[in-house]
Amino acid sequence: MRLKGKVSLISGGATAFKGDPRSEGKDWVLGIGGAAAWLFVREGAAVVLGDLDEDKGKKAAQQLRNAGGRAEFVRLDATNEADWIGAVSFATSKFGRLDILVNAAGTTFIGGAEDTPVDKWDAQMDVHAKAVFLGTKHAIPAMRKNRGGSIVNISSIDGINGNPLGIAYSTGKGASRIFSKAAAIQYAKENIRVNSVHPGYTDTPLARQGIAKLAAAGIPDPRLPKVPLGRLAKAEEIAFGILFLASDESSYVTGAELVIDGGVIAQ
Amino acid sequence: MRLKGKVALITGAAAGIKGEVMGFGGASAWMFAREGAKVVLCDIKEDLARRSETQLREHGYDALFIPLDVRDEEQWKRAIAQTVKTYGKLNVLVNNAGQGYMNTVEQATLDIWNHEMDVHAKGTFLGTKHAIPEMRKVGGGSIVNISSIYGLVGSQTSAAYHAAKGAIRIFTKATAIQYAKDNIRANSIHPGFCITPMTHRLQEDPDKLALYTAKVPMARWGKPEEVADGILFLASDESSYITGSELVIDGGMTAQ
Repeated sequence: MRLKGKVSLISGGATAFKGDPRSEGKDWVLGIGGAAAWLFVREGAAVVLGDLDEDKGKKAAQQLRNAGGRAEFVRLDATNEADWIGAVSFATSKFGRLDILVNAAGTTFIGGAEDTPVDKWDAQMDVHAKAVFLGTKHAIPAMRKNRGGSIVNISSIDGINGNPLGIAYSTGKGASRIFSKAAAIQYAKENIRVNSVHPGYTDTPLARQGIAKLAAAGIPDPRLPKVPLGRLAKAEEIAFGILFLASDESSYVTGAELVIDGGVIAQ
Repeated sequence: MRLKGKVALITGAAAGIKGEVMGFGGASAWMFAREGAKVVLCDIKEDLARRSETQLREHGYDALFIPLDVRDEEQWKRAIAQTVKTYGKLNVLVNNAGQGYMNTVEQATLDIWNHEMDVHAKGTFLGTKHAIPEMRKVGGGSIVNISSIYGLVGSQTSAAYHAAKGAIRIFTKATAIQYAKDNIRANSIHPGFCITPMTHRLQEDPDKLALYTAKVPMARWGKPEEVADGILFLASDESSYITGSELVIDGGMTAQ
């Protein structure tokens, strides 16, 4: 078990919910944070799912427990500092420590520089940049107590290259990318590692919403022709990268970027 | 077992003796074997490689040494043919063979330049070229090329080594794009300062060592096992959607 005895907090964790309990066993589309939660539990970690969606989050935690895992839900607006303080203290009081933070909460907004209203810009920067800052800020003191930890920030390939459709999303994800490096350098001596994951086109509930919005605007799905591997990623394929960075297998990896995109930005 | 049933060929794999400083190739061989792979050790250092092969076999693992100078195309053809003849297929190739010279651009001779480019760039090209047809036969594969942080940034101490490691980095991306449709993935690993047979002479000079360590945010050198864990991840099906990527394992050195 690759995360035995470790305690993790995952923002955006309600996407671990696998639909109606009566239909369990079906091949549900999970979010990236949610897929990581299932993998973490399988590898022996306790998981705290932080999310705005209380209904799905609580059900997901129950499903993880039903599968034999240690899991709890905590309500977390990742853009709210008091919520983060509460979530970190919830994790340490429930499970005794905090070793791993996965910043996976996210939303999208489609719009270029001219047609992005300031409130949408702020909302994107809040959820992709400020949320990562707040989670990191409040997780570090808890990790210091265990003499180390691993923070995995879910950026995007759009945080490395420009996204033609969403400028605020790209900018927020770029902020998350470089914030990870700054935090990595500042806490390396304390053995707190910080890395970013850059998924490409992944089949998640959020992506399905985005594609539906595009379709409603008459824009066809632009993703597949760009992918050398010729398919979308499953959230589980991103989760394996998160697991690698969360585990002690990556003990010398910090400030690094793990691109999981089927070759999109290598071309 | 994360590599169950897979066959892996690793170049520069001679230094895999328990209790001695291992290279990335040797450390990977042990990790791959523990995870269920059959491992082919390739190297020009025959005596050392045979000792590693023997140790792996004594532990009950499938291991085979094949002498290989990675600069020689005929030897590559023979090594891959022998791998397939012995173990039936090839799933994973780790291009790890390498050598570093410490000299500036002015100090580097053309011979040194050619040697570095041959071992790193040409060696990786030849291995990739001849592994791909075998990987295609089994519906895909994973090629892991060991570049370096010196393939990403410059330094005061090397010249051709940077060019050669940089060549590996971008060659990997070209390979990734060209063979993605065949489900053959190619990625590069960029280790920072690590304790290996290649660097262990430096370990005996505390003053020089301190100069290097001071550049590393984690304030220590990496262990070959810490790089091997990254190689294992990219070799395994856990990285099934990762191709054309760079995995930096450097204790934060190039993030600053």
